[in-house]
Amino acid sequence: MDKTINLTLKVWRQAGPKAKGKFETYKIDNVSTDSSFLEMMDVLNEQLVAERKEPVAFDHDCREGICGMCSMYINGHPHGPDGEITTCQLHMRNFNDGQTITIEPWRSAAFPIIKDLMVDRGAYDKIIQAGGYVNVNTGGVPDGNAIPIGKDIADEAMDAASCIGCGACAAACKNGSAMLFVAAKVSQLALLPQGKVEGAHRAKAMVAKMDELGFGNCTNTGACEAECPKNVSISHIARLNREFLVAKFQD
Amino acid sequence: MAKKEESTAVETTKIDAKIPAGPLAEKWSNYKAHQKLVNPANKRRLDVIVVGTGLAGASAAASMAEMGFNVLNFCIQDSPRRAHSIAAQGGINAAKNYQNDGDSVYRLFYDTIKGGDYRAREANVYRLAEVSNGIIDQCVAQGVPFAREYGGLLDNRSFGGAQVSRTFYAKGQTGQQLLLGAYSALSRQIGKGTVKLYSRYEMLDVVVIDGRARGIIARNLVTGKVERFFAHAVVVGTGGYGNAFFLSTNAMTSNASAAVQMYKKGAYFANPAYAQIHPTCIPVHGEFQSKLTLMSESLRNDGRIWTPKSKEDAEAIRAGKKKATDLKEDERDYYLERRYPAFGNLVPRDVASRAAKERCDAGYGVGNTGLAVYLDFSAAINRLGEDVVRARYGNLFQMYEKIVDDNPYNTPMMIYPAIHYTMGGIWVDYELQTSVKGLFCIGEANFSDHGANRLGASALMQGLADGYFVLPYTIQNYLADQIQVPRMSTDLPEFADAEKSVSDKIKKLMSIQGKKSVDTIHRELGLIMWDFVGMGRNKAGLEHALEKIKEVRKEFWSNVFIPGAADNMNAELEKALRVADFIEIGELMARDALQREESCGGHFREEYQTPEGEALRNDEEFSFASCWKFNGEGEEPTLLKEALDYEFIHRQQRNYKA
Repeated sequence: MDKTINLTLKVWRQAGPKAKGKFETYKIDNVSTDSSFLEMMDVLNEQLVAERKEPVAFDHDCREGICGMCSMYINGHPHGPDGEITTCQLHMRNFNDGQTITIEPWRSAAFPIIKDLMVDRGAYDKIIQAGGYVNVNTGGVPDGNAIPIGKDIADEAMDAASCIGCGACAAACKNGSAMLFVAAKVSQLALLPQGKVEGAHRAKAMVAKMDELGFGNCTNTGACEAECPKNVSISHIARLNREFLVAKFQD
Repeated sequence: MAKKEESTAVETTKIDAKIPAGPLAEKWSNYKAHQKLVNPANKRRLDVIVVGTGLAGASAAASMAEMGFNVLNFCIQDSPRRAHSIAAQGGINAAKNYQNDGDSVYRLFYDTIKGGDYRAREANVYRLAEVSNGIIDQCVAQGVPFAREYGGLLDNRSFGGAQVSRTFYAKGQTGQQLLLGAYSALSRQIGKGTVKLYSRYEMLDVVVIDGRARGIIARNLVTGKVERFFAHAVVVGTGGYGNAFFLSTNAMTSNASAAVQMYKKGAYFANPAYAQIHPTCIPVHGEFQSKLTLMSESLRNDGRIWTPKSKEDAEAIRAGKKKATDLKEDERDYYLERRYPAFGNLVPRDVASRAAKERCDAGYGVGNTGLAVYLDFSAAINRLGEDVVRARYGNLFQMYEKIVDDNPYNTPMMIYPAIHYTMGGIWVDYELQTSVKGLFCIGEANFSDHGANRLGASALMQGLADGYFVLPYTIQNYLADQIQVPRMSTDLPEFADAEKSVSDKIKKLMSIQGKKSVDTIHRELGLIMWDFVGMGRNKAGLEHALEKIKEVRKEFWSNVFIPGAADNMNAELEKALRVADFIEIGELMARDALQREESCGGHFREEYQTPEGEALRNDEEFSFASCWKFNGEGEEPTLLKEALDYEFIHRQQRNYKA
């Protein structure tokens, strides 16, 4: 209880998208091991503000691991060394007294840096806009129980749907591929009867958009699955590939 | 109507909620049958601004764009999918009665009115219950993976304040799945070009021309540029103001600035005192803390809440000499089951929160601070097996363990109440229109449906009801009269003036160059709010809070320090603009809590309680929604009263005991 540690932070600082970035080193003392990683960053920023310097810009919002906004590359891992969590859920008890921590933004061609640790993940939104939905308007839909869906199917769709769109998969991938993100959405909707109808078309549209936006190819390294804070399985990539093949046959 | 005037001295003349005539169950159908509509060719010529992309904002923007309106949609995050609705865990209510347990539209309406301690409008709440079923159908059609039973049909769970199982859920991530459903519908329209999305923008003012909302001023958070946007109508769905308390379960950027700007432009702010303290949050554990984490109310389905029966055991636990698991069954006080046999652990949130505070104040609290109670799953694990409990709550247990470093499968969770949701908000009429023409307010940002206390799983219901099924209709009744209005230039003086006032405010803030960080001052405000405008309030405390908030305001405007520049990305400046408005909201909350000399729902005045410590309402004098009208900077606001007429429900003391 109330254990504290002293740390050295190497933080990527970059004034803007076109500015040249570099690592700055900061010492931070008496960090409570009960605090979260972002609370540690808050303390660093308070320290910088007290020194009348500009604080480190980083994305964050819900701080409970669900909004997908936080996006730090910590000691070589998206969302840090602990598994199945986002940066905001990472706690300082995972680090040792005297440790040096390297903090970088997502590094991916499709996610340009805005400032410091903050990147533009608008490409993920554009992929969804290209087809990550069921073509249905508000109103005039059947009763929710009109089409029974097996529990195992619903559960698997839910696992795919748990993606938070944080971008860790593309950041972790040596090719900068967004396949796990795309596959999670394609798979969720292809599993359910409501989305199955347009499954092949959706897969094609989303993959085409992904390629257009500068994401790399998938070479099945599995790094995305290993780093995904929500444990989204690469088995969804297999389902995406099936849907994509169906679309190709239909052409 | 004469009867009403005899019983209360309420000023009713100025507030017209435009509730349709007729029997309760027919009001909404009648309204829709007779309202004005806009034909397809005209819809294309009408611009609508929607601020916010949470459940209410995203569903409204998508639905209106599908109808053919030209929509401009703003969000503060980098993507509309990140709005804080995403964090809602437990579920969404609907009156489907799939469980055949006696549910109905009327019962959902009744439970919501009663849960709100008879401080909500009957007609609005009935409509909410009426459209609830359509929401479930809509979400299923979008591919929302709700939990299913083995037979393939939708599953339900129970929530506080109800004796039926009417809550639909998707694991512990219901808000996420519903928001992603609305986000997908919105994305579809963005792809089609019917919605233009502005992400990383923050609304800083509303532009009013000839008494009608005609646009907004928003700051591009990446470039720092202050920009002008025109529309024929403005819809605001920017959530609640719980972050006035600094520590809350809200997201870091959740703020009240859009609401405060609407208030300053003439929209009444209603019932600011009604804030919900959620009973099951992870207790505060350190000075560095930036937010509080909620543990879903659904946990109360299977978790039992208790404190030690003896003060000696409580002291031993606080001192670390005993553990929860050392206490035998008869040494534990399951105080909710003891006090409220009929509802037990599933009493409404306000009741559960106050009961926890009562136990801790009396010296029975646990944890090293004494400000915590146990939420224990051992009985459920024995009854159902660990696998079933894991399937139901696995992600919540994992979240708890990551934060607290304690395994809730083996030892009980520790929980304590925290500020979570605000029932108060911008006043709207039946059409969700504020007191400014053409300015609409939806979701948590408005005050309309939850009275003095919101039931669990009803926020998602209200957000989506407003956005999918109510606003897209009611706004047409307004826009039908706007079809002759051409798109206006943002060079008009009203736009220039609004932009200038925003820019001046930013300049002022940047020029202070004081000694305190924004967060330091925000934290000071939060402590005042929690201590004096929190779970238990009284006259002396509220008067003290009003004095202290004045000091915070003075300190803020003379001693805040913001580094960096305004014409660039500047997180400290963003926070400062929000804190300036939280100070205004904090004052309004205290003022409203002071005038409401009764206890109801989330508003507990210590002077007004029953001998058993339950909230004591005063229907004779306080059966109204308090509507605060802004009178200028530094001036006292005026209190207007919208009388709450209960035509269909007989009000009574809320009773969850029998």
